[in-house]
Amino acid sequence: MPELLSVRNLKIEATSYPPGEPPKRITIVDGVSFDLQKGKVLGLIGESGAGKSTIGLSALAYGRGGAEITGGEVSLNGTNILALGKAGIRKVRGAQVCYVAQSAAAAFNPAHRLGDQVIEASVKHGLMSKDEARKRALYLFRVLGLPHPETFGDRFPHQVSGGQLQRAMTAMALCPNPELIVFDEPTTALDVTTQIDVLAAIKHAIEETDTAALYITHDLAVVAQISDDIMVLRYGKTVEYGSVQQIIEAPTQDYTRALVNVRQTARQEAPDQSQALLRVDNVSAQYSNGFKVLHGVSLHLCKGQTLAIVGESGSGKSTLARVITGLLPPSDGRITFEDKPLTPALKSRSRDELRRIQLIYQMADTAMNPRQTVRDIIGRPLTFYYGLRGAAKTARVKELLEQIEMSNGFIDRYPAELSGGQKQRVAIARALAAKPELILCDEPTSALDPLVAEGILKLLMKLQTESQLSYIFITHDIAIVRAIADSVAVMHRGRLVRFGPKSRALSPPFDDYTDLLLKSVPEMEIGWLERVLSTRRMASAGN
Amino acid sequence: MRLREIPITAWVGILGIALACFCAAFAPLIAPYGETEVVGGVWQEADAQFFFGLDNLGRDILSRLIYGARTTLSVALAATVISFSLGILLSFIAAVSGGLIDTVFSRFNDLMMSIPTLIFALVVLAVLPQHLIVLILVMAVLDSTRVYRLGRAVALDVAVMEFVEAARLRGEGTTWIIFREILPNTLSPLLAEFGLRFAFSILFLSTLSFLGLGIQPPAADWGGMVKDNKDGIIFGISAALVPGTAIAALAICVNLVVDWLLKRTSSLKGGRGDA
Repeated sequence: MPELLSVRNLKIEATSYPPGEPPKRITIVDGVSFDLQKGKVLGLIGESGAGKSTIGLSALAYGRGGAEITGGEVSLNGTNILALGKAGIRKVRGAQVCYVAQSAAAAFNPAHRLGDQVIEASVKHGLMSKDEARKRALYLFRVLGLPHPETFGDRFPHQVSGGQLQRAMTAMALCPNPELIVFDEPTTALDVTTQIDVLAAIKHAIEETDTAALYITHDLAVVAQISDDIMVLRYGKTVEYGSVQQIIEAPTQDYTRALVNVRQTARQEAPDQSQALLRVDNVSAQYSNGFKVLHGVSLHLCKGQTLAIVGESGSGKSTLARVITGLLPPSDGRITFEDKPLTPALKSRSRDELRRIQLIYQMADTAMNPRQTVRDIIGRPLTFYYGLRGAAKTARVKELLEQIEMSNGFIDRYPAELSGGQKQRVAIARALAAKPELILCDEPTSALDPLVAEGILKLLMKLQTESQLSYIFITHDIAIVRAIADSVAVMHRGRLVRFGPKSRALSPPFDDYTDLLLKSVPEMEIGWLERVLSTRRMASAGN
Repeated sequence: MRLREIPITAWVGILGIALACFCAAFAPLIAPYGETEVVGGVWQEADAQFFFGLDNLGRDILSRLIYGARTTLSVALAATVISFSLGILLSFIAAVSGGLIDTVFSRFNDLMMSIPTLIFALVVLAVLPQHLIVLILVMAVLDSTRVYRLGRAVALDVAVMEFVEAARLRGEGTTWIIFREILPNTLSPLLAEFGLRFAFSILFLSTLSFLGLGIQPPAADWGGMVKDNKDGIIFGISAALVPGTAIAALAICVNLVVDWLLKRTSSLKGGRGDA
């Protein structure tokens, strides 16, 4: 069978401009080769910066943000598309090769109807008339399982859910009958329960239309469901390239093995869960416009233990954290901390009360002032709560840096000069500086690559044993819950649907929602997707 | 910061501003003639003795330009600095506090902006005693409404960021949040606005002088000098262009320096990149 896409010795470079230094050339992708046949799916997997998106875009002969394809060959049906002129490439893009971006919400123009955007490329390229394109779009909406396919195209992007938007984007890519589609992390930004539907829809549509695809992701479990072959990338080089079966079941490289085995540690839950440090009693909360986001939630957390709160977006899990910190005063119910009631509003809490509960955010990027150095960021709570200044403060900051396993050299860096994992470590150090008793972790690892996230979790565990910290860990990732929690709370639409020690909460009999949630977590197993879809009891919300 | 890192354009700006400041500080020492001294014929041509020629009353333009730097620079600069301090402080308080304070401040600001600036200034200046301080304050207050608008918009963007929330959770007061968390992250657009507002202040001052409520004759200021000599242009006499050029040059110099500061504050290192 002839190759549809054949990439040989691809080399992509970019010029970086480090502040205060002369510009330098950096190699993003080096010597990558692969082949793709019609109707097959190749998964490109790797952590951020591995060059996987850059390789995917090279199939459209495109270099994003100053990246230049400087070597190698990208042949589509035997023609080297890198050698085509601008007009030639324009004929390829959006007609023979299409692209599905990670964030569909940002990729659609909010001012135009979905239907018009879906057919635009096909009509522009003169591949079909407007009516034909509409018919094809309707067919694709059906294949992708979108609700009311006849009228779906009349809606605007803000009128449909995130999962539907991602499927509409897939329809847009499939509409011109392309030979190849590049999927750039299409499900990464979605909830697990939504991800599974989108994944199934994409898989079905690819099979139905017999299109080839490059599927880019950092989640090996996801790619195992959809691909025929997998290429593992790191630092722009190929680590391992083989069939799904071989990569999952018999990886030959250490890095691939680490990816396959990520998060297989499980923490033994604490036997005694009766001594409550924090107790939330029948708490309800609403926004100032009267919209109710929490309905009578009751749970407790013991000293030195971890409570995991699980749920999809909009389930109220982050709101619960905001209520505990005092950012959103509850409308009903009470919260006690060490048997003393916590005043509801932030302003009425004493400095010492504030010190004892710290919060770690999901996005360390926005949680730290970009104009402050690591010294200022970690040092401020020291000055604020303990009055440390000058040398004493510096010494303590260095001590904290050591605790989060970072060297002293980072002390004068700005957040922009740190990697994602390092930023989250600094955020942890800032929380630690206050010597808190309880740390609320709001999805601290969900924006990180799996191996980096694993490092952060290990650090949190280590700190817990060292200083008897208690955590409330908000997440949508059941694997993390299994790894670190003592007790588990499952939330759905502002209500607590399940709460108890981990062993009890995560074993049957399940209520319908917990069942759906548990079954939606991709497992590193071929054929998992089909098996789950045939056995689940409840359809995910909003789809 | 090392001197070598300052680009050429910024040096040009710095030198221009330094020259203007030097003239303003030592005017009586470097000016060849007195500020109001009549030394020759009306609109006498430039020659070796009178570098820029003489003005509509026969006064030396170069000397008046040097003296004029005093009033023009000090009034425009003072007015801009005060208007920025006032505008930024009030707008940041509004953005951080929100609610009633924000509404009251913002609607009052709208009220002020709804009255044409020039007419407002004329009425107020006509009522109040003729004094330099009063002039500066009136210009500053009127200009601060524009600064308030911009300041509130950029501060609102930053005030909803998580690091501000983190500071609130720590228990920080409003002062810390305004000056340590928000101000450093909004400097870029505010600095750009500063360069623009300074140029506008010089022009506004000259407009007021032209209408007789700004700097009072016979004291020299650059805007007033343009006005005094504007009739000469009809007869092909370029006396009005000299102070005009000085105003343009100063505005450009200020903007060159501001551009450099802007690039420094918004550079990748510790910057937000956008804004």
